[in-house]
Amino acid sequence: MSKENKDSQSRADFIKGLWDENPVFVALLGMCPALAVTNSAINGLAMGLATTFVLLCSSILVSLARNIIPKQVRITSYIIIIATFVTVVDFGLAAFAPAIHKELGAFIALIVVNCLILGRQEAFASKNPVGRSIMDALGMSVGFTFALLCIGIIREILGNGSLFNISIFGESFEPWVVMILPPGGFFALGFLLLFFNWYTERKKNKKSIIDSKSNAK
Amino acid sequence: MGGNENILFIFISALLINNFTLSYFLGLCPFLGVSGKIITAFRLGLANIFVMVITAICAYSLNTWVLPYAPYLRLISFIIVIASTVQFVEMAIKKLSPELFKALGIFLPLITTNCAILGLALFQTNKGYDFFQGLIYALGAGAGVTLALVLLAGVREETRILNIPKLIEGAALNLIIAGIISMAFMGFAGLFSGA
Repeated sequence: MSKENKDSQSRADFIKGLWDENPVFVALLGMCPALAVTNSAINGLAMGLATTFVLLCSSILVSLARNIIPKQVRITSYIIIIATFVTVVDFGLAAFAPAIHKELGAFIALIVVNCLILGRQEAFASKNPVGRSIMDALGMSVGFTFALLCIGIIREILGNGSLFNISIFGESFEPWVVMILPPGGFFALGFLLLFFNWYTERKKNKKSIIDSKSNAK
Repeated sequence: MGGNENILFIFISALLINNFTLSYFLGLCPFLGVSGKIITAFRLGLANIFVMVITAICAYSLNTWVLPYAPYLRLISFIIVIASTVQFVEMAIKKLSPELFKALGIFLPLITTNCAILGLALFQTNKGYDFFQGLIYALGAGAGVTLALVLLAGVREETRILNIPKLIEGAALNLIIAGIISMAFMGFAGLFSGA
């Protein structure tokens, strides 16, 4: 019985980051990388994976050290831990994937100030055991990567007429150049948020209608 | 790059052409969260300029005297040195000029680890600016962030008296407004191409 509970709990920790508490679409965290580097799907994916690595490693470390870190200096300690892993990613990408590193530029280093990562350390990893923290970090980063990939795909298809560098509309398509330029980032996320609002609203309305009908019976 | 770049060009470029908020997406959280009122937005912008100038000085000192010996400490030292310097200056201002502290005070902790601040330090390093150029760059970037904040706050004050569909209210509307402002700022891109 207790094992079943544990399973469903860890599944809940994982799932909530995907949709209900999606860092970008719902909590509006980590907006700066979400818009700055997502001018193509592949960049969005790379940024998402880099953030995943940092979030996962820092969550594990913070969760392991949660009883050692004094309360007064906890934020500073989290930042140092996060900055360490970001440095690892920065140098790692420069060594193994120099093309992507050049494309993402200073935004790799700026993962440090992604509020999503610090937020998860403060809100979750510092209070929960390692296993749950890993699930939470995984859920949040998959949600984040998913959001970045969505924005990247929309901007690349409209702005470049391609997906993952493969042309999909052929020669006759006139690309909307504005979508791969900065304003396109604002527009893409703005309209995605609009879609999310509409979807949640619709789900709520549907549920209330069904409820009222079953009550009438 | 660097070296003999024109001071005026550095300032205008950071202020308009490569505006931190509207073309690098740095400092978006306060941009979308706080900027509901023009006066608040303006004070937040001033605090931003203030921290950015301190950042430029810190980043220059670190780049000159510490980082050549330990390049892997770049991120960690930037964050810690900038955050603690801002704290010290904040205490000094509180003591010396309570008026100024009142105007900037509440915003300082909010922006200390903002991405615009760290971004400034990193870009300044990448571009290889010397001390004076760095200061001008920080002033331009700070003024640019202030401009963007005030513009968005102005539009948002207007939208409050309009009849906006409930679905688009909030973040979605702000983002789309920001996109349109950003599109307007793209017009500045050709400003210096003749020079």
